[in-house]
Amino acid sequence: MTTVVTDAPAAAGTAEPDGGGRPRRALPRRAVLTAGVLVVVLAGYAVVRTAGGVDGDDAAAFRFFDDLRDWVDANRDTSPLFLYGFNYLRLGVSLLVGAVHGALYGLGWAGLVAVTAAVAAVLAGWRVALLAAAGFLSFGVLGLWQESVDTLVLTLSAVLLAALIGVPLGVLAARVAPVGALLRPVLDVMQILPTFAYLAPMTLLFLIGEPAATIATVIYALPPVVRITALGISEVSRTAVEASTALGSTRWQTLVRVRLPLARPTIVLGVNQAIMMALSMVVVAALIDAPGLGQNIVQALERVNVGAAFDAGLAIVVMAVVLDRITTGAARRAAPTRHDSPRRRLIAGLAAAAVAATVTVLGRLLPWGAEFPQSWRFSFAAPVNTATAWVELHLYDATEAVKNVVTAALLDPVQTVLTTTPWWWFAAAVVAVGALTSGWRPAVVAGLAASGVAGLGLWQNAMQTLASVLVATVATMVVGVLLGVYCARHDRFAAALRPLLDAAQTMPSFVYLLPAVALFGASRFTAIAAAVIYAVPPVVRLVERGVRDVPAGAVEAAVSAGSTPAQLLWKVQLPMARGGLLLAANQGIVMVLAMVVVGGLVGAGALGYDVVAGFAQREDFGRGLAAGFAIVLLGVLMDRLTQGAGRRGTELRRAAG
Amino acid sequence: MRRATTGRLTAVAAVLSLALAGCGGAKSDAGTDKAAAGGSKGTVKIAINPWVGYEANAAVVAYLLEKELGYTVDKKNLKEEISWQGFETGEVDVVLENWGHDDLKKTYIQEKKVAVEVGPTGNKGVIGWYVPQWMAEQYPDITDGKNLNKYANLFKTSESGGKGQLLDGDPSFVTNDAALVQNLRLNYKVVYSGSEAALIKAAQQATAQKKPLLFYFYEPQWLFAKEKYARVKLPAYTAGCDADPKKVACDYPDYTLDKIASKKFADTGGAAYQLVKNFQWTNEDQNLVSDYITNQGMTAEKAAEKWVKEHEATWKPWIPAGS
Repeated sequence: MTTVVTDAPAAAGTAEPDGGGRPRRALPRRAVLTAGVLVVVLAGYAVVRTAGGVDGDDAAAFRFFDDLRDWVDANRDTSPLFLYGFNYLRLGVSLLVGAVHGALYGLGWAGLVAVTAAVAAVLAGWRVALLAAAGFLSFGVLGLWQESVDTLVLTLSAVLLAALIGVPLGVLAARVAPVGALLRPVLDVMQILPTFAYLAPMTLLFLIGEPAATIATVIYALPPVVRITALGISEVSRTAVEASTALGSTRWQTLVRVRLPLARPTIVLGVNQAIMMALSMVVVAALIDAPGLGQNIVQALERVNVGAAFDAGLAIVVMAVVLDRITTGAARRAAPTRHDSPRRRLIAGLAAAAVAATVTVLGRLLPWGAEFPQSWRFSFAAPVNTATAWVELHLYDATEAVKNVVTAALLDPVQTVLTTTPWWWFAAAVVAVGALTSGWRPAVVAGLAASGVAGLGLWQNAMQTLASVLVATVATMVVGVLLGVYCARHDRFAAALRPLLDAAQTMPSFVYLLPAVALFGASRFTAIAAAVIYAVPPVVRLVERGVRDVPAGAVEAAVSAGSTPAQLLWKVQLPMARGGLLLAANQGIVMVLAMVVVGGLVGAGALGYDVVAGFAQREDFGRGLAAGFAIVLLGVLMDRLTQGAGRRGTELRRAAG
Repeated sequence: MRRATTGRLTAVAAVLSLALAGCGGAKSDAGTDKAAAGGSKGTVKIAINPWVGYEANAAVVAYLLEKELGYTVDKKNLKEEISWQGFETGEVDVVLENWGHDDLKKTYIQEKKVAVEVGPTGNKGVIGWYVPQWMAEQYPDITDGKNLNKYANLFKTSESGGKGQLLDGDPSFVTNDAALVQNLRLNYKVVYSGSEAALIKAAQQATAQKKPLLFYFYEPQWLFAKEKYARVKLPAYTAGCDADPKKVACDYPDYTLDKIASKKFADTGGAAYQLVKNFQWTNEDQNLVSDYITNQGMTAEKAAEKWVKEHEATWKPWIPAGS
């Protein structure tokens, strides 16, 4: 599966401002400067540090959000904004969801399996078709047919909307620079603001159920579509565009005939990302009564039944893998360089359609098609429960010790430093470090983000969260780099690891939260463990890609000069893959941040708990939303600090598939 | 819960075209009213809040509404806060186990006047501090809150900053624990687990591993059917001792759990509303159904069916006369 793209188009294709031509000579001086700044920052900390403390219950920001909510609450049936805006939006969305629902259920189970396989065959080849058929059959075998189809309905509806909105926006962002610049912070907020923070207001605007859940999912799934589309459009080769213009095409013709077709493979990858994002919302959507697999997981959590949650989580993983393989296959085939005989493709398409139609009709007419056969059942619930019970009982002392050591040696000291630093000193330090790593402009943005966190009235909690996020990111990088390097050197290991990485990324964390709590207690460490599991896969992929992309010539030269494998790694491969490594760190941070709220559910407290409380308690609403924005600001801060690396790695982002 | 899609589609489309033609805009409840299914007296929309005890209440009431009175029941899985919003938008008719929530009562019952109280469920809600049974046996005086400081060292964790840890649950739970720790001068720190599942898991581990744990917990709760926990006594509750949430220094009162309905359902719900109003049972009843659901692996429907079959004397009086 591909990685989430955080930010892309603005920088793509533009020259690096600070003399990117000679980075090698600039590096050592920069390193000395950075070290100097760090010393000053730490020395200053010793002078200005505070006693820390606890955030107040009241802040201007909390009250502002509370008032906003009350206004919406009071005007829902009178304000024109609702009468002509949100309410129609909701009706339109529920019409779409209804149509998709009708179509998928109308096919019957056999028909849906056959049609999915046929689509996969046409778009991605017969191997993927077999995988798709087997995958969809497994939903029924797990006894989760209806729930899986409900989840599929929600996912497809949301992705359809995200593509309809996102592709034009992406084109606009790539072609009209101010639009791109304007969209970027909006997309940042959409992607990092935890869904929990706006789930309750969502139901105020769009009521309970599928429309609200669909719209919440669209908000989360839209940013990658816009970003990747913009990237694809802006990377269309200049020669092709010039040729088209020279032939007298208008701008519109160039867009439709040259830019869009050439960018199609990239756009399909954007849709692929949207699907992955949408599937990660399944459990959250269940909290506002969206039907589907999320309901099973929420219910299993209530009953502390990990096995039952595992079945539903597995169905989500399978759905993600099938949809991923279909769309990545489609992206590969959409590449204009590929020359398939059109006649052969047509015949294959017709054959697939004929098979699908036959199965669908038979399934509708014959009795076995009415419901998925009861006898083909298999559940992992019992073995999973037995296994987790054993692990929870026997590993506890070891895991408890690991937790205590990491917490005392690493997490607590970092947290103490951060929470006792006055916000203005922290902001100044961020600007100074950022100026060195990423340049002045991103540094100022990062400094403003730090000040914004203080302005929200959640400084202490934000610094606690930041400490956990930093530790989780370091752990993610250590694990990710080790696995990534190993994968790059051993093809078989890489192939074996791939399904595990897919599962780690798409298995809803709610499934493994309970065993994590059993082993590590309700603690910050538990949250860190969950975050590492979620964030490692993209890091592994980026590191592997980075190491593999080191030019073969450089590797051969080193080998013929007598380098040992270790020297090759340390002296050649890792330094040359530096861009990929830093980009991986940037990605890892974003993924870790996405888990802050989940951490709030397992004892990590701080911002994650604030957000969860805001969803659960009316009087905490303002504080919860403010905490959501504080998480966004932390994301912006860390993204800007690592951004210099991200820019150099633009191509890597795409290659991470 | 399979939905009649085509019916819903046409209903939404009709509302959409009507609203467009009339140019009056769409109200927030447009398109949500479903026609009653054939042969049914009507649809009752029950919010299902996410804990098993609540599910037990809802399962039994839903079963009786469907099997005895011939209604259709639409169960909606929602958190408490969202359920109350549903009273206003017409998407929820009734909440079957409400724990206090004075803020929501003020907003939706007194100010907006879209909901009404329907009386107690008969269940008594107990909130308090608990330790695993093995601790009560090993340290007999631990169940007196006055001795907690003596044992603070036992309860230290990586999260409690050198003090003893008091583990709290989901943020929607009613809690004075932070104030209690301060006002009773306890050398403890409240750590928020953030969810009921995490709290239960921690409690189970404390029993299985024989590890110390002091935690906020409540009854009725299905876990008590499986494992024993002892309550720690705090200074007894007296009326008004919790008036100022910042100065609380007494134990939690017993909560009378109650039912809340939308105003509309109370006015027009007929026999269904009467049944909801009459519904009252004991903690033992609820724990039995919860036990069927959790420890015996039944679905909520099966558990309700089993209970109804075996307890006719309890539920017969709930059925309104003449139906």
